[in-house]
Amino acid sequence: MTEYNFAYLDEQTKRMIRRAILKGLAIPGYQVPFASREMPMPYGWGTGGVQVSAAVLTPEDRFKVIDQGADDTTNAVSIRSFFERTAGVATTTTTSEASVIQTRHRVPEEALTEDQILVYQVPIPEPLRFLEPRESETRKMHSLEEYGLMHVKLYEDIARHGHIATSYAYPVKVEGRYVMDPSPIPKFDNPKLGNMPAIQLFGAGREQRIYALPPYTQVVSLDFEDHPFEASKADHSCGLCGATDSYLDEVITDDQGGRMFVCSDTDYCEGRRAAGFFGEMSAENPSAPTMTTQRNLEFQT
Amino acid sequence: MSADLSPLLSVKGISKYYGAHIGCADVSFDLYPGEVMGIVGESGSGKSTLLNCMAGHLAPDAGEVVFDTRADGPKDTVTMSEPERRMLGRTDWAFVHQHARDGLRMGVSAGGNVGERLMAVGERHYGDIRGKATDWLGRVEIDADRIDDRPTTFSGGMQQRLQIARNLVTGPRLVFMDEPTGGLDVSVQARLLDLLRGLVRDMGLSAIIVTHDLAVVRLLADRLMVMKSGRVVESGLTDQVLDDPQHAYSQLLVSSVLQV
Amino acid sequence: MIDLKDVSKTFTLHNQGSAVIEVVNDVSLSVAPGECVALTGASGAGKSTLMRMIYGNYLTQAGSIRIGDVDIVQAEPRAVIALRREVLGYVSQFLRVVPRVPTLEVVAEPLRAVGVSAGAAEARAAALLEKLNIPQRLWSLSPTTFSGGEQQRVNIARGFAHAYPAMLLDEPTASLDATNREVVLSLIEEAKASGVAIIGIFHDEAARARVCDREIDVSAFTPGVAA
Repeated sequence: MTEYNFAYLDEQTKRMIRRAILKGLAIPGYQVPFASREMPMPYGWGTGGVQVSAAVLTPEDRFKVIDQGADDTTNAVSIRSFFERTAGVATTTTTSEASVIQTRHRVPEEALTEDQILVYQVPIPEPLRFLEPRESETRKMHSLEEYGLMHVKLYEDIARHGHIATSYAYPVKVEGRYVMDPSPIPKFDNPKLGNMPAIQLFGAGREQRIYALPPYTQVVSLDFEDHPFEASKADHSCGLCGATDSYLDEVITDDQGGRMFVCSDTDYCEGRRAAGFFGEMSAENPSAPTMTTQRNLEFQT
Repeated sequence: MSADLSPLLSVKGISKYYGAHIGCADVSFDLYPGEVMGIVGESGSGKSTLLNCMAGHLAPDAGEVVFDTRADGPKDTVTMSEPERRMLGRTDWAFVHQHARDGLRMGVSAGGNVGERLMAVGERHYGDIRGKATDWLGRVEIDADRIDDRPTTFSGGMQQRLQIARNLVTGPRLVFMDEPTGGLDVSVQARLLDLLRGLVRDMGLSAIIVTHDLAVVRLLADRLMVMKSGRVVESGLTDQVLDDPQHAYSQLLVSSVLQV
Repeated sequence: MIDLKDVSKTFTLHNQGSAVIEVVNDVSLSVAPGECVALTGASGAGKSTLMRMIYGNYLTQAGSIRIGDVDIVQAEPRAVIALRREVLGYVSQFLRVVPRVPTLEVVAEPLRAVGVSAGAAEARAAALLEKLNIPQRLWSLSPTTFSGGEQQRVNIARGFAHAYPAMLLDEPTASLDATNREVVLSLIEEAKASGVAIIGIFHDEAARARVCDREIDVSAFTPGVAA
């Protein structure tokens, strides 16, 4: 613990990042360049998010990390232990108990509060990059609010698939001004970004950009009048907790095509099960063919 | 007669230098609604520099380019704000590049290419955008069933026609063309010229066409400017300049063309 | 309707030792509405040059050429274009058209240019083509593939489609058979009767005698050739 400054980064660097965060909060959706540091983890593992978390963490904070909704993946575990070691902060997997939540590809199902900060890991912060590779040109397009190109991408989707097939990193317009990439969250989560009481910070380490949404910001998903935005999810209920309103992951259970849908937000799912809810494939449901029994059957044959 | 109309575009003393080298010097002219002007000259004569200065792609070192805007009447586009100038570039102005790939998005379908300008000016109804794109593909003689194909699968002539559709879909009033038939087969050129002529007449377009091909200006342009070493050496009615050139350089240019 | 006053023209050939060639000198003539004037003179006397000067195709160095109230010598290009569109027609010996455009459209184009609807313009074009014995099966084809005589007739149909108040005719009956020659001469007579001022070049003496009210020998204005 003593060999590192609090939260790994030196104070000067944290100050620089905080300035970028404050600027981002002042201009919601605007990508602020910052001098991204080398972190002791590879790019793509959340170096942007980690630097933002390091800059906002205080010793009193309780830190939670989720990766695709789960607290127990390698990525989530290693970032959590990174801050346990370098900042000595308390950690948790319970959404409501956390004061800072770093996330990759999801927004927690449970509504966040004004006392919380949500930090997103962002691989490519530029929503216009797909169609306009020149950074000089995309910056000009942002500054002049020339966003027709964003709709060209959606047009191409409909032309090719009959509907807007973009299902994650679905572009949004912030406060009627900047078009922003919400990071690769499923579009199911897009509506949660708008009017959220918590502060939302986005960090892209490799691309050296930070952007932000202050509390209660207007965030609108782009769409066409005749192809309106839809926050879609798999048309099932959670096999474990029975939730019908949460984003689901499809889990392949065997090599005979068996599968189940479960909440991607593991904390939300556990919370519901602890409260007595169960889904049709959960072990608590006596009528369900559980995974355990299936496994037992396989052993017998 | 249209003699009492005010000019759509008024170019006053445009000069552009590249260090000590003259790009173009002290070019002035008026272009009236519905007029098509050709600018001819050999490579390096400054005609493309002039075109780019007028279209806002290059900042001239001196001079004004006054355009009769729909909202505020005549305005100098050189000194107007960049957002305003870029807005003109998406609405009242169009620019047809010599190489279609400079003017198209090669990774986007034909329909998306045509629809982009519509979306850029705020159209948000997919069905309407697609309907207009289909209509424009027809007008430039591209089969409607190619609407979802990318321009990379098109021939050179088709790409150029697609570029024209993409430019004209928002009903611009002034079209800048840089060697629009350059690099195309002769038979394809004829078809394109015929198409351009029809569009210019039907839409009442004004156009400025830079080319080194005198046949192109004879067919398309009402008026002609001959440039040499960055300066305009002669201007007048197209057929008069071609059939009775006055300046030594124009005479050389005209007499150098093989008769067919 | 057509008024030339002290008109002179020289060609300066900059690339051939700056040779200056005087073509016509001090031409004055005028043509009234309903009148047809023939330009005569030996080949090279400057008949075609004078016609082209009147049309604004050649630049005039001195004098004035008034068509109605427009002086071609001083006029802005767009004024000349407007004049050509509405007032001054020109039937040359050679058809110059965009490849691929159907004959019917080629003939209808001058009417479309003055704002006549496509239907009315094509009806008038069809009537003229029929009169000039162009078979209907050719109307949808481009005239670029036609024979010389056919092209000449398409050219005449195009020239007479719009009722210009003033017309210039350069050898309108050359290379035509007797029947079609007759049609063209009657078109000219109809135009005269409706008050069109015409200047023409006719090598066909009988035709000249029939439609022209006066002859002007251009040799009189040709420096070095004049008697």
